[in-house]
Order: sequence, then C-alpha cells, then structure tokens
Amino acid sequence: MPKIKPEDLKKIREQMSRTMSLRDGDARAKITVHMGTCGIAAGARTIMSTLLALTEEEQAKDIILTASGCAGLCSREPMITVELKGQAPVKYVELDEEKTKKIFSDHVLSGTVVEEYALAMGSERLG
Amino acid sequence: MEPYRTHVMLCAGTGCVSNGSFRIKETLERELKKHNLQNEVAVVMTGCNGFCAQGPVMVVKPDDIFYQLLTDDDITHLVEEHFLKGRPVQKLMYTPPAEELPVPKMSDIGFFNKQRLIALRNRGMIDPEQIDEYIARDGYTALAKALNEMTPEQVIEEIKLSGLRGRGGAGFPTGRKWELARAAKGETKHIVCNADEGDPGAFMDRSIIESDPHSVLEGMIIGARAIGASYGHVYIRNEYPLARERLIKAIKQATDYGLLGKDIFGTGFDLDVSIHRGAGAFVCGEETSLIASLEGRAPEPRIRPPFPVESGIWDAPTNINNVETWANVPDIINRGAKWFSAIGTETSKGTKVFSVVGKVKNTGLVEVPMGITLREIVYDIGGGIPGDKEFKAVQTGGPSGGCIPQSLLDLPIDYEKLAEVGSIMGSGGLIVMDEDTCMVDVARYFLEFLKDESCGKCTACREGIDVMHGILVRICEGNGKEGDIEMLEELSEAVKDSSLCALGRTAPNPVISTIRYFRDEYEAHINDKSCPAGVCKALITYVINEEKCKGCRLCAKNCPQEAITGEVKMPHTIEQDKCIKCGVCFDVCKFDAVSVT
Repeated sequence: MPKIKPEDLKKIREQMSRTMSLRDGDARAKITVHMGTCGIAAGARTIMSTLLALTEEEQAKDIILTASGCAGLCSREPMITVELKGQAPVKYVELDEEKTKKIFSDHVLSGTVVEEYALAMGSERLG
Repeated sequence: MEPYRTHVMLCAGTGCVSNGSFRIKETLERELKKHNLQNEVAVVMTGCNGFCAQGPVMVVKPDDIFYQLLTDDDITHLVEEHFLKGRPVQKLMYTPPAEELPVPKMSDIGFFNKQRLIALRNRGMIDPEQIDEYIARDGYTALAKALNEMTPEQVIEEIKLSGLRGRGGAGFPTGRKWELARAAKGETKHIVCNADEGDPGAFMDRSIIESDPHSVLEGMIIGARAIGASYGHVYIRNEYPLARERLIKAIKQATDYGLLGKDIFGTGFDLDVSIHRGAGAFVCGEETSLIASLEGRAPEPRIRPPFPVESGIWDAPTNINNVETWANVPDIINRGAKWFSAIGTETSKGTKVFSVVGKVKNTGLVEVPMGITLREIVYDIGGGIPGDKEFKAVQTGGPSGGCIPQSLLDLPIDYEKLAEVGSIMGSGGLIVMDEDTCMVDVARYFLEFLKDESCGKCTACREGIDVMHGILVRICEGNGKEGDIEMLEELSEAVKDSSLCALGRTAPNPVISTIRYFRDEYEAHINDKSCPAGVCKALITYVINEEKCKGCRLCAKNCPQEAITGEVKMPHTIEQDKCIKCGVCFDVCKFDAVSVT
C-alpha cells in the first residue's frame, strides 16, 4: 500500500461513497425489484442482475437497489418500482432486459418516466 | 468494495461473538451462496452495536431493518425470505417491552434513537478492520487539518474551547492537560492511551476500540502533534484480545498509508505507536501505576508531584488520556469546538458512553449527551426493570463510585452533579439495582473487589479496606453490633485521607453512599438481624405457607438437602436446621407458597 497524501483521502472517500450511501440509506434514486415467488419465476433475477451491472457500469453512487416481496400483481411480473427522491414511486410491469435498460437510462439517470412500460404512479395507501 | 445491493451489518463485538456471531456469519455466507446471492448481498462484520442484551444482532442496509437474538437455525429462513424474496422477517425483529408489535427499523427503536453518537460515531456503520471504510466516513481528515492548516497551539486551543474533559474518571480538562504537556521541558515526550478498563461491568473502552480503532489512533496522532510527542503507547488489558487484535491491524494499516511512522503527511512529524498488554491489576488504570507497569516495574502508584506531565515514562513528559477521550478528538477538530460545546451541560460538554448493566431490560452500551437524567437512561433507553420489580438504586463509577437512590432518578448526569450526590462519573459503568438487591451486600461486594485490588503500598488503603470489609461481612452474617456504622464512617474518612492514589481515596465511596441513602438497611441487619431484600443468607429463613401449599412435592424433590417433608397433597414444611438457603424451593414453587423472611 503506498503512502497517501491529504488529497488522497478525498479519492478514497469517492471510491467508497457508493458503499457508504447504501449504508446511510440516503440516495437520489431507489429501485425496488419485486422478488416474490411469482417475480422470481417470471425472471426477476435477470432484472436484478441487469440493474446491478448497470449501476456498476455507470459508477452510480447515489442509487439504492433493493428487493422486496410480491407487489400483488403476479400476472404482470417481473416488476420494479423506481422512486426518485422527492417524487412519487413509479411501478413498471412485464419487464425484460431491454426495457430495464431503457428505464434505467431514461428514468433513473435522466428523470423521465418511461410511460409505455409504466403501470401506475404512486403506491397503495398504507393502513 | 464490489457493488452489492444490500449490506448485512453483523455485530462482531465481544458480546455478540460470544453468542455465536462468527458461526452465524458462516451460515449466512453458505445460505447466500445456495441462492446465488453472494454477489448481491455483502456480509460486513462491525464492532459492537451496543444492544448487547439482544445479541447476536444485525442491521440490514439500506432498509435499516434490525434483527436480534439470532440463531443458526433462523438464517436459512431469513436468507430466503428477506434476501431472496424481499420480505423482512417479523419474528426476528425487536419488540419493545411496552409494545405488542415488533419494530422493524433500527432508527425507530427507543434504545437507539435516544442516543447521540460522537465517540461511537462509526459503530455498526463500518468494518473496523478496513481503514478505507473509516476514511470514507471522514476519517483522518481531522488529522490532515490539524497537521496542515493548524498550529499545535491552535489545536490545543480548539480542544480547550470545546470543554472536553477526561473520560477515564477524574474529568480533568483535556486541553489544559495537553497545554501542560506541550509546555513541559524534555526532548522526547510520550502520549499514552489508557485502555486498562478495570471496573466490573464496564466495557466502553473495549467497545470503542473494537468498533472503531482508527478513531482512537487518529485522536492520538493529533494529540501527539499538538503536544510534540514522538512516542505513543496504548496500554490495554490483556483480557481484551479482540480489541488488541483490531488495534494491531489498525496500526499496521495506518503505518502503510503513512499516517503513522516517519514524516506523516509529508510534514516531517514522526510518531510511533506501540501496544502494551496490561498486567491485570485494577490499580494499573491509575496514571503513575500505569507508567510503572509500562516500564516493566510492579504497578504501584507514587507520590505526585512530579506529575506524569513533567516526569512520566522514563522520566520524560507524558500525557495520558483515556480511550474515549482520544476518540472524541477527531470529531472536535473536524466540526469545531463550538459544535461540541453546544452539547451537554454548563460544566460537562459533549456526550458520555455508559455501559448499562444489572437489573435492566436492555443491557448494553449507550452514548448519551451529558445532562441526560438517570431516569431516561434506565427507563427510556434501558427499557425499565425486568419482571416489573421496583427500582432501588443505580451504581455509577464502578467500585470507586456510589449508589444513587430512586429519589434522585431525575438527576441530570454530569461530573459535578454526580459528585454532589456522593458518586462519580468514573469511566461510565452504570449498574442498575432492583428491590431484590441488598445494599449492605453491594457494599461488601465492592469492598471485597477493592481489598483484593489494593496494591498494598499505603497502610490506610491496605489495612483500612480490609477492616471495613471484615465489618461488612460480619453485618451480613448477622453479627453486626452497635457502633459498626459509625466505625465504618470513621474508617472511610481515614482511608480517604491517607491513600496516595485514587483507588484508596475513592474506595470507601460504596460504603459511604449506601450508608447515606440506605442507612435503614444497615440498621435492619444490625438491630433486627434481618435482611430486607432477602439476600444475606444468615438472616433469612424460607418458610412454606400452609394455606397456599398444595402438597405437590415439587420443592421436596428439588431440595438438595432433603430438608422438606410432608405427605402428598398435604402442606409441607422446611426443617430449618437442614436448610442451606439455596432458594430452590422458592424458585420451583408454582403456587407462590414459599416465602422469604
């Protein structure tokens, strides 16, 4: 390991920032892949791996990728929910690798909702 | 680190390790691999999370889900449900005593959200064995600032203004100590990190080193630079192998990065830090004994002056601070004295780490702002007393501290307030006692510890504590006599006045404070030959209530002395001359028929 200078501290911080923002739970965008039995059967695993590869490719530091259970619309899996900070969550249905890539670049990175794949805006009311 | 979607922060503090967290790690990794999730879910071993009572614990990030009391068998289900299918597992979550439903998020749990973390700022958030993770959370930026943008005088001034005081017990202002060390004459100077944590039930320092060793190192490097010291020493208890191991790794990593050793950050400043294993005596925590032990001599305190700051290790000026004090330093330099001094009370700034143990539901490690009340610690964070028993007292400051009664529960905690009521801050041990605790027995217990730990140099401490202990034993055995309390009080003064070091000077505190607040219990032991809490065996008798006894024979079967007689379905009796007062009958009776008088 080479000796470091004060300015190197910043570089290390930047390299680590993705790891750390995940732990802080603070991010610009949160993508939830619905991975109930139905989702997994319909191919949610491929969607998850695609998204993991994309975040890695883009060196995206402020995106949280997480899994949750069945969203209740088993016939239209695989599904993901994209939530940008301060905006309503958007649910996408019947996804494949190509659609996922488009959602990632248009919605997650650029902020434009891909309406053709979207099911609805918002989530169910809780309680 | 690879891009994972989830980090599992599994506690690897000593408490959770002894409850099997390394075994859980293996199972976790095996199960993750089974579901091909090993590249999506990372298992990170962190330092102590603080909630030791519920260990082994883990926190799932980014969701912030808190799981507790994990066993190997839970992991298969957990991995499949939470990590594969994204459904957090309710039955492994924490349910607060007063509520019915489990609380999923760590940040919503009362034990955590009442705390304010400065010394423990990185606990559970980083892998303590990775320097990059420490740097990622602003680690070593304070060092860069102190070395490149501040003069040593400015660093000392900042620490002075912050109001930081020694966290090891006495509460001496840290900035003032550094100033004296800087002004002291001597070519070589030393700094020491005192990690000889000896109070029974205290584990603050161990936990800080285990969860964030670099914060202590960074504080030490900043301090050494401010003082002009070129040698650093960590004096750590031999009983802390995990903490020592993490510290050794941290020193190696910091040295590789050039943050320790020669020419730190290219400023020409050198510092070497070495680790010394403690000799296993309570008195080693005292500064002059510590120095003697570190030099290889028997740990006996000596007369001060000269103070260590003028003549310490090998007669060179030496500055000794406690682990927690050092860990506070980087954050003060980073965020400023103003920020730090805004937290706490008039005389005591910042936060204090306490190990909360004894008769309290949530035992563990907590960091709270100075000025918090005992009630908040015991009830809001600690969750109250198990089994709905009555609260009786809190013992603070370890064997040198005192017992604080229920009437003072709303006392705001700071150095001065604790001293006013006859206790001390000490290093932060906090033992909660309930109605089943006999205060005379407590005093006897602490004096037995101190009797063994007195180094024997001063007659008053060596002989005085022994005699006081003898009187307490006599009282507990039912042989107390008129005048014992007064004799204890007189001896307390003598021991306090004629001992060299803090061990002797504070040793009578457990006796003085229990007499002050619980004199009636002493009197009951001496005059009525009874122990109100039902603890002192010589003073209690177990009897069976004839009306309540159903004659089930359960007590008779369990009695090791065969002292219980009676026919089936007829009331039983205890033969007192055979009874050894082990309490088994009391514990096993299902009808509440056995009572202690």
